[in-house]
Amino acid sequence: MIFFFLFVTFFQIGLLGFGGGYSMLSMIQAEVVTRHGWMTTGEFTDMVALSQMTPGPIGINSATYVGYTSVVNAGYPAWAGVLGSLMATCALVLPSLVLMIIISKFLLRYKSHPVVESIFMGVRPAVVGLIAAAVLILCTPENFGSPDSDPWRFWLSLMLFGFAFVGQQVYKMNPIKLICLCGVAGLILF
Amino acid sequence: MFELFITFAKIGLFTIGGGYAMIPLIKQTVVEEKHWTEEEELMDLIAVAQSCPGVFAVNISIFIGYKMRRTPGALICAMGAALPSFVIILLIALFFYRFRENAMVERAFLGIRPAVVALIAVPVFKMARTAKIGWHNVWIPVLAALAIWMLGVNPVYVILVAALGGYTYGQLLH
Repeated sequence: MIFFFLFVTFFQIGLLGFGGGYSMLSMIQAEVVTRHGWMTTGEFTDMVALSQMTPGPIGINSATYVGYTSVVNAGYPAWAGVLGSLMATCALVLPSLVLMIIISKFLLRYKSHPVVESIFMGVRPAVVGLIAAAVLILCTPENFGSPDSDPWRFWLSLMLFGFAFVGQQVYKMNPIKLICLCGVAGLILF
Repeated sequence: MFELFITFAKIGLFTIGGGYAMIPLIKQTVVEEKHWTEEEELMDLIAVAQSCPGVFAVNISIFIGYKMRRTPGALICAMGAALPSFVIILLIALFFYRFRENAMVERAFLGIRPAVVALIAVPVFKMARTAKIGWHNVWIPVLAALAIWMLGVNPVYVILVAALGGYTYGQLLH
């Protein structure tokens, strides 16, 4: 059954995942963590870290990773996990394949059609909200620690958050380098 | 066909952090080296691929593949763009699943988690600029984010409502 739900979940994400990998993350989070409980928030965040550190589009990376981990978390053997990641990745790409081929046929003819433009007037700002939601949802004790039970980890986590944010936003530091630096900091300080 | 596959496998492989960083690479390979398309057409393709759902790199590869060899070409190119990351991540998932209980790995990832959240926060502001967010429409992303975060609304519905809202607004305007 989990294979069927994996397929449906990622097909839906592939069909409605406007705005690239980051906005897909909040959809993946909603389905995989909140709705089905296939992974914990912590596991999900680790998955995002791994997809950012490795080459390849984030959407493909997360589908592959979630497909494997969900199936193995559910108690299936590793080969079933491989099948799960194949299922999730194919389901993610399938809607694009169909949609892009249709669009290629009528290529660009309707790009500036007023109906299409007005739809995107609503969708584009909403995508920004989707990414913001992904950030808010990931601000949990599992990712940051809590100020009561573990103040050292909590404040240190906030500093690492600030460091990564400024490093990327202001100094345009390479995200892989940032992740590695914070990993080393965690290894030493936690 | 093989050339199409290899080309997009390379492009998929070198996309790090996703999206916009790979546009120059696509341009150089597909326009300047292979002459599969002209720069102007590629720019239009990019605009369309960005406004379509799905993975950007895969969408572009499907366009070019379809143009070169119709549906089989589109299929081959999509596979090319997805396969390298699929294999790499699968290996990592296999590996990480065994090592995540390791104390060292766990500590490193406690440090990485806040950084990941920050790295997702940065594109919020970047995308806000691209989506031309101003005082007139800032309520859309705020409402969307709050609905998802506080009320647990499925993001899929948020996108559907936003599309419907945009459509209705457009109809009222004309």
